[in-house]
Amino acid sequence: MLVARGLSKEYQSGAQRLTVLHDVSFELPQGAFVSIVGPSGSGKTTLLGLLAGLDTPSSGTVSLDGVEFGSLDEDRRAKLRGEKVGFVFQSFQLIPTLTALENVQVPLELSGAATAREAAERATDLLTRVGLGDRTHHFPQQLSGGEQQRVALARAFVNEPRILFADEPTGNLDGATGERIVELLEALNRERGCTIVLVTHDIALAARTQRTIRLRDGAVVEDIHHTPVTA
Amino acid sequence: MTAQTLLRLAWRESRTARRRLALYMSSIAFGVAALVAIDSFAGNITRSIREQSRTLLGGDMALQARAAFPAVIDTLLDSLATQGIEQASVTTFASMALAEPSGGTRLVQVRAVSPGYPFYGEIETVPADSWRTVHDAQVVFVDPSLLVALDATIGDSLRLGQLLFTIAGTLGNVPGDAGITAVIGPRVYVSDRWLEATGLLRPGSRAEYDAVLKLPPTLATPGAAAKVARDLRRRIDPRAAARQEAEEASGDTRRGPGGAGGGEEDADVRTAITARTDSAALGTRTDSTTRTDSLSAAVVASTGLTSAQPRTRVRVRTVADTERDFTEAVARLADFLSIIGLIALLLGGIGVASGINAFVSAKIDTVAVLRCLGATSRQVLALYVVQAGMMGLVGATAGTLLGVAIQFLLPGVVSDFLPLDVTVALEPRPLLLGLATGVWVSLVFAMRPLLALRRISPLQAIRRNADPAAIPSEWNDPARLMVDGLLVVSIVAIIVTRVGDLKQGLGISAGIAGAVAVLWVAATLLIKGARRSTRPSWPFELRQGIANLHRPANQTRAVTLALGFGAFLLTTVYLVQANLLGIVQSTGAASSGNLLFFDVQDDQAAPLDSLLRARQHPIVQQTPIVTMRIDAVNGRSVTELMADTLVQRAGWALRREYRSTYRDSLVNSEQLFGGTWFAAGEQRAAARVASPDAPFPVSFEKELAKDLGLQIGDTVTWNVQGVPVRTVITSLRTVNWARFEANFFVVFVPEAIQRAPQQYVMVANVPAGDAVSAVQRDVVRRFPNISSLDLSLVRSTIGAIVERVTLAIRFLGVFSLAMGVPVLFSAVAATRRARLREGVLLRTLGASRAQVARVLLAEYGALGALGALTGMVLAFVGAWGLTRFVFDDPFNPAIGPTLLIGGGILTLTMTIGLLTSRDVYRETPMAAIREA
Repeated sequence: MLVARGLSKEYQSGAQRLTVLHDVSFELPQGAFVSIVGPSGSGKTTLLGLLAGLDTPSSGTVSLDGVEFGSLDEDRRAKLRGEKVGFVFQSFQLIPTLTALENVQVPLELSGAATAREAAERATDLLTRVGLGDRTHHFPQQLSGGEQQRVALARAFVNEPRILFADEPTGNLDGATGERIVELLEALNRERGCTIVLVTHDIALAARTQRTIRLRDGAVVEDIHHTPVTA
Repeated sequence: MTAQTLLRLAWRESRTARRRLALYMSSIAFGVAALVAIDSFAGNITRSIREQSRTLLGGDMALQARAAFPAVIDTLLDSLATQGIEQASVTTFASMALAEPSGGTRLVQVRAVSPGYPFYGEIETVPADSWRTVHDAQVVFVDPSLLVALDATIGDSLRLGQLLFTIAGTLGNVPGDAGITAVIGPRVYVSDRWLEATGLLRPGSRAEYDAVLKLPPTLATPGAAAKVARDLRRRIDPRAAARQEAEEASGDTRRGPGGAGGGEEDADVRTAITARTDSAALGTRTDSTTRTDSLSAAVVASTGLTSAQPRTRVRVRTVADTERDFTEAVARLADFLSIIGLIALLLGGIGVASGINAFVSAKIDTVAVLRCLGATSRQVLALYVVQAGMMGLVGATAGTLLGVAIQFLLPGVVSDFLPLDVTVALEPRPLLLGLATGVWVSLVFAMRPLLALRRISPLQAIRRNADPAAIPSEWNDPARLMVDGLLVVSIVAIIVTRVGDLKQGLGISAGIAGAVAVLWVAATLLIKGARRSTRPSWPFELRQGIANLHRPANQTRAVTLALGFGAFLLTTVYLVQANLLGIVQSTGAASSGNLLFFDVQDDQAAPLDSLLRARQHPIVQQTPIVTMRIDAVNGRSVTELMADTLVQRAGWALRREYRSTYRDSLVNSEQLFGGTWFAAGEQRAAARVASPDAPFPVSFEKELAKDLGLQIGDTVTWNVQGVPVRTVITSLRTVNWARFEANFFVVFVPEAIQRAPQQYVMVANVPAGDAVSAVQRDVVRRFPNISSLDLSLVRSTIGAIVERVTLAIRFLGVFSLAMGVPVLFSAVAATRRARLREGVLLRTLGASRAQVARVLLAEYGALGALGALTGMVLAFVGAWGLTRFVFDDPFNPAIGPTLLIGGGILTLTMTIGLLTSRDVYRETPMAAIREA
């Protein structure tokens, strides 16, 4: 369960204080599929950074399964991320020097949670699950955008995270390819009971999630619970 | 994460960057190569010396003197012979040689050897094996160069003094002789059975006498040989032997006076040819003789000779002495060369640092993702430190291999300067040491930029606008301070251990720090200047290029440092070399007259003068030489002074034979240092009438006075061939010994010694070419003992030697330039991404390729100009310091060629700048956007 309480983020810009996020609070139960929407500059990415423990809030707290990020130093937060958090980025962010398989293995290797053989097996399984069983030894630049994002998805799930953050996961993809990714996200959400937080511009995509939190000027202006769309 | 996983991940992650990393790390390769080559070469020479030390000496031990051995030594040698110790003798002196039928003449080094010499090694000759005939017939063996110079061939005749010899062959490898000595004075080997009949050695002639001993096997071990040497020294001179033994026991290895104006060179008349040609390029014998102190005064005491008899110093040298002296000389040479290797290594370090800087900014995205995926900052750092270490190993290995290759080339370059055959073998220690130093230096220099990786936030993975170059850094970050400290300590430690002397090591470190500081300040001033000076009226490209010098995360400091240091090194080497060359040339040219005659006896001066006059070749200078020894100083006899251990005086200066002159005025090569020069002749005559018993005024060379502990006003009593002459020091002179002129330690007023038996050095002006050889031929026929020297020949000979040395220096210069190139590449690459992005933006906004190129040219032009200029200013200061204080010469800057070097560096910088940025203007904006 992810709980945000009174989250604010301010930046000092010259003599001016810039508030990019103001008093945001909500709770996400385990297994939820939530979207965060809003125009450019509304604070979506800032909120994502705070929820994932990538950044520290000016005030307020974020806790994941009862562990408050603020009580941990950066290296402990990194460890927690390695164990419980997965990421999918708009620009895929695969490590260009590693093959698809190796990219997927990285989180396991960093946490030391599995032996080399186990890591390879789990990574291969996941790549097969996302339909890339025959491309495991390709480098990112040898893969299409959609394929890269599927590798990123496999990487995000390899640690069986409690929560997955997806930052515009379809933003760099065409409609059909994007659709495949969304379907995969939904399936993984269902199969593994993993909480998914999706940041997007895409209203149609947001409408497919269970709940949409709308931001404007750093504040929550709308929090809608949809009827889940069943596939 | 286990170490294994770390290594695996590091290896995988480095895939595409390996080549680039290897390029950055190759900066270190040149430094490692230099160190490995120098160390291996020194090791090779040292080993060769050990293997060939007996051959170098020609036997197990040698007794050496600058005059014929006194009777007591002959007796000693006879008694050694009865103990089964074999002996051979070598007598070395300069003489004129006249070839028949060509009629060519040449001043040569004659080595008269007795049967048995050398006991170890072989004298190689062409035709092979002809050496066996040396003692059977009236034959000589000569350097091949002499045949060319005399226009003679094997089978022709060669006149030495009164005898005519047949040239039986030419000399190849001669044990203990460096090939280069043949350039100074061609060697002529002859059996010593003819020596007396040549009539060349008269009393007072300058010659060296060596008795080479071969010990029976029971005594030939180092320990036994040392004992024999000790016994010999005790028998020759108990007091000196006792002193030497005490010194050795206390580990006191200080050297006596050496170098210019000192040592025990017997050469008051310092002309080119009398320079000791057999001490090889390493100049070791001069050093060793002062250590192997042998004392004539005590010989006198122990043998009952009276002090009126000439005192001859006899030195005992063992194989171990030879080995130690050569080894020490090699170590000193290696230390000196090491400094260049060290600077190469440090430049390489700077290259690594800038390269890693570039690497880090390219890795920001990857690191941010890794952090998102749960990597701790420690894990990230470890990952890239491992990568840097791996590539450092690659760079150091490449350097080691290069060093080994150079090591195989070096003996060919220097073999002529060495009196031994250098056999090349792989020495494991220098290889491992070079490898370890290379890896360590690359890691230490890589650590600083790598630390920045810790500060990459995982947020950078989702915030695309974050400027990768602007990673915040804090000056008081403890890790950074630690790395900085480690860097400084490592550099100083490496320098100090390489130089082997704490004070010198710290001095060099301080010098390098000073140069870095100056370059740093210059770069900072450039950044400030660039910010202020830009005018809106300038063309866009120039404004943009100059603006690049002060934009955030600029490369101005890194490039200035790398460039400036390279320019500094290169220009210093060039300036010092040009200066030394200039001085040698000008001293050669400064002498008036071109044909020098020496050893002209009293009764030969007039006939020689008329011989030359008859041919219309006037004598332009005639310098009398009177030989003498010191009898007493301030009323205390030499024997008394030598026994006085409280007063530190240089023993050599008290005991030596002086060749002094008399004249009324100073000559060109002298300057008055203190006191007043002799009064005019009439005044002196009047003073002598007033007090007939007053001591005669003399002028001392200032270094000699220092060695003797004498000042103006001190009295010195001389033994001028049996006649006591009392003198008082009235002036001190500085003497430029490098000039081709007859220079003297002591100058007398004429009336003091002009009636003493004397010799002359005469200089005549003879038109170059056939006239010179004709005169030389006639003189050698009529006066076989008179040696003549064609100064223009000496000049060209010296030119040839300088040429060889210059070649070596040029090699070093090119080497230092070559090592600057990868450093420059790395420094420029550091901001390649930033420039790519900017170039792409310009292209998108409609800039043509030419415009982008011009922006880059403006930037690199400014950087290159600043680097070259600062480096050259530093070089002028450095070269001035070196010539002024180390070589003790006036400094004449060679401005023209220096500007040429500067221009070269500028061009190189602009070329490298354009090359590394070629993607910006070569590709379409779209392609470049993808890459950026």
